[in-house]
Amino acid sequence: MNSSSGKTYMSTSNSSAGWKAGDAAADQFPVGLRVLVVDDDPTCLMILEKMLRTCLYEVTKCNRAETALSMLRENKSGFDVVISDVHMPDMDGFKLLEHIGLEMDLPVIMMSADDGKHVVMKGVTHGACDYLIKPVRIEALKNIWQHVVRKRKNEWKDFEQSGSVEEGDRQLKQSEEADYSSSANEGNWKSSKRRKDDEDETDDRDDTSSLKKPRVVWSVELHQQFVAAVNQLGIDKAVPKKILELMNVPGLTRENVASHLQKYRLYLRRLSGVSQHPSNLNNSFMSPQEATFGPLSSLNGLDLQTLAATGQLPAQSLVTLQAAGLGRPTGKSGIPMPLVDQRNIFSFENPKLRFGDGQQHVNNNKQMNLLHGIPTTMEPKQLAGLHHGAQSMGNMNMQVASHGSQSSQNNPLLMQMAQPQVRGQMLNDTSLGHPPRLLSPMGQPILSNGIAANVSTRNGIQENIRAPSYNPVSQTSSMLNFPMNHAAELPGNSFPLGSTPGISSLTPKVAFQEDVNSDIKGSVGFLPSYDIFNDLNQHKPQNWELQNVGMTLDASQHSNSLQGNLNHAQSVLVQQGFPSGQVNGQNRSATVVSKAMFSSGDSTGHVNVQNGNQHLNSLLVDSTVRIKSETPTILYPDDFGQEDLMSALLKQQDAIAPAEHEFDFDGYSLDNIPV
Amino acid sequence: MRRQLQTMRKSLFDQGYLDEQFVQLEELQDDANPNFVEEVVTLYYRDSGRIILNIEQALERKPFDFNKLDAYMHQFKGSSSSIGAKKVKAESTLFREYCRSRNGEGCMRTFQQLKKEYATLRRKLEAYFQLARQAGPVETACRPK
Repeated sequence: MNSSSGKTYMSTSNSSAGWKAGDAAADQFPVGLRVLVVDDDPTCLMILEKMLRTCLYEVTKCNRAETALSMLRENKSGFDVVISDVHMPDMDGFKLLEHIGLEMDLPVIMMSADDGKHVVMKGVTHGACDYLIKPVRIEALKNIWQHVVRKRKNEWKDFEQSGSVEEGDRQLKQSEEADYSSSANEGNWKSSKRRKDDEDETDDRDDTSSLKKPRVVWSVELHQQFVAAVNQLGIDKAVPKKILELMNVPGLTRENVASHLQKYRLYLRRLSGVSQHPSNLNNSFMSPQEATFGPLSSLNGLDLQTLAATGQLPAQSLVTLQAAGLGRPTGKSGIPMPLVDQRNIFSFENPKLRFGDGQQHVNNNKQMNLLHGIPTTMEPKQLAGLHHGAQSMGNMNMQVASHGSQSSQNNPLLMQMAQPQVRGQMLNDTSLGHPPRLLSPMGQPILSNGIAANVSTRNGIQENIRAPSYNPVSQTSSMLNFPMNHAAELPGNSFPLGSTPGISSLTPKVAFQEDVNSDIKGSVGFLPSYDIFNDLNQHKPQNWELQNVGMTLDASQHSNSLQGNLNHAQSVLVQQGFPSGQVNGQNRSATVVSKAMFSSGDSTGHVNVQNGNQHLNSLLVDSTVRIKSETPTILYPDDFGQEDLMSALLKQQDAIAPAEHEFDFDGYSLDNIPV
Repeated sequence: MRRQLQTMRKSLFDQGYLDEQFVQLEELQDDANPNFVEEVVTLYYRDSGRIILNIEQALERKPFDFNKLDAYMHQFKGSSSSIGAKKVKAESTLFREYCRSRNGEGCMRTFQQLKKEYATLRRKLEAYFQLARQAGPVETACRPK
């Protein structure tokens, strides 16, 4: 009888259809919304299916939770929303909810005939985005699309918040950057938010909230492919068309590559500018821990990781990711793991990162660090995730970020991230003044891959520090940026390069000030690798954090080109500030920094970006201290009101906003980060 | 005949056998699925019959496993409510209350009542659908919502 896609289990067709439908449906949203409904009661299932079809959704029904889960696993981007019954014979509905949250990060609606408060509460705590009481009426189903939009929007927003600072900066800075902030970015960010497929780049459904363009998810793998192609061609000769050909990824358009390339270039630039910022850390901090850090659920971990890994993840991204990740309070996720994944995404530059030298090893370092460093809260898993994220420097950040969310809510991650990174970075980049140590442990881990190098080697990274969030990212940032797209994955929050927390010693004062001033148009000198988003180009080693750290360490005067990162400055500042303060134990200050960075970007209040670089120093010092106490507000981009930060940063240029952002590394036991 | 159908339908509602949810099902019926309601009800009786059997068996085992009984009834209640079986649903709720208060007697009594209502509804709906089919598809389409 019915017609339209009544598939019961057709992942393939679903996916392809979904994919296509997604594109087409994007314009008629919510028509074509791909719903997976799971219920062991055949009567209910039949009724629901019919109701959903009537709402013009694309329905796939399933009477067993296990089946549903494997369907989802096989086709991660094949569905937009899942509706599941609470009581099922083979698996508890809440368990399924947790799995979905962790692995796919899709909105899940629970339903049951049971309307007891305690059951509904359980749904909330496990992360369900809605709870329907049976018998379900069609009116209730007509609006389920709102959860899809809301989720995307939150992810993107988080993502963007951390990134927006950068964006704003960039725009201010120059036109080319402005390009970034254009739809391409949006598209990417959004898609990063919904990182459904790791490898493939799938054009996700358009972000219904805004662009209609299909979003390309720049997964870690994809990014790596991209970087490989670019390197093969030679950065100068790398044109989108050729890159596209080399990459040979179906479904990828020249436009996607072009925008990604643009970001990458910025990232590289940023990296070179910032010398050693363990920017990554920043990212992690930034992770807008929106409070839901917990749920980082899959997304978070992944995103963050990538971000972290890339270290570059602009703080924003991390933040977003984290936030995103965190946002999903699935409870179970608790593990920042998702963040780790993120890093992978970001690892974007890691392998290739320019800063490769330091980084490489830093990466390892970081990776380790990240993992280790990752705040205890983070859960080793995450670290582990980060670890592999090594590639993704960004991941580190992410991780950090994620950690943060997980544990203390952002900080941990950041811290972690920063730490590893910081460590790595720090080690590498002593230029900062203080050996990246801070960096490595700090969020670097994520960044460590790429960023780690940043820190140490990258003098450019210095910028990182400055460049809030950019820095670390610079290297990884590019990665991060991209991952940011995955932001979906990383709840965005993770970015906070928390890694810098390790840089405790770094005292955020870090050079942000110096360098930051220059570039950061006001963007707080935070080099914190927040760059992630935009500046990933510079792989500035995780410097974000480290940079900050290094910067601060040194004398903050590191010329680290932090400035370059100033954009990140926002995030950087934040980070920087923290390093000293926060470094829980370990010089994680990086995390602190990162946080600062993030916060800078975000928290208007926190990041006193406006103060100008000098402030940063003081701030850094201050913030470092403060950072500890203040929970990474920065992380939560939301808190920060990125816009404010941005403006502040812009104004300040060097105003390395006080790391006061609450990087709150408290949560993170930087100690974890084995330096 | 149409009027007869309408009368029958109205009385089902008035006597409390069906509730608003049944109307929801009717509204889902369209040209693509002209017998949707009947199909759903058929499916319900087939599937819920299985649960009834489970409960019966569970009630034969002493002492009663109230948790299990409650779980079965929860399932049954969900199904029944989704087709709008009002009286059946009410008995289900009562049964669950007795389960929670560990009242075996109450459970058994209620269960008997439930089975009666369950059978009555089935009879009435079968007659209704039969008439609806006789009245013809046009009738169905015009059925007042």
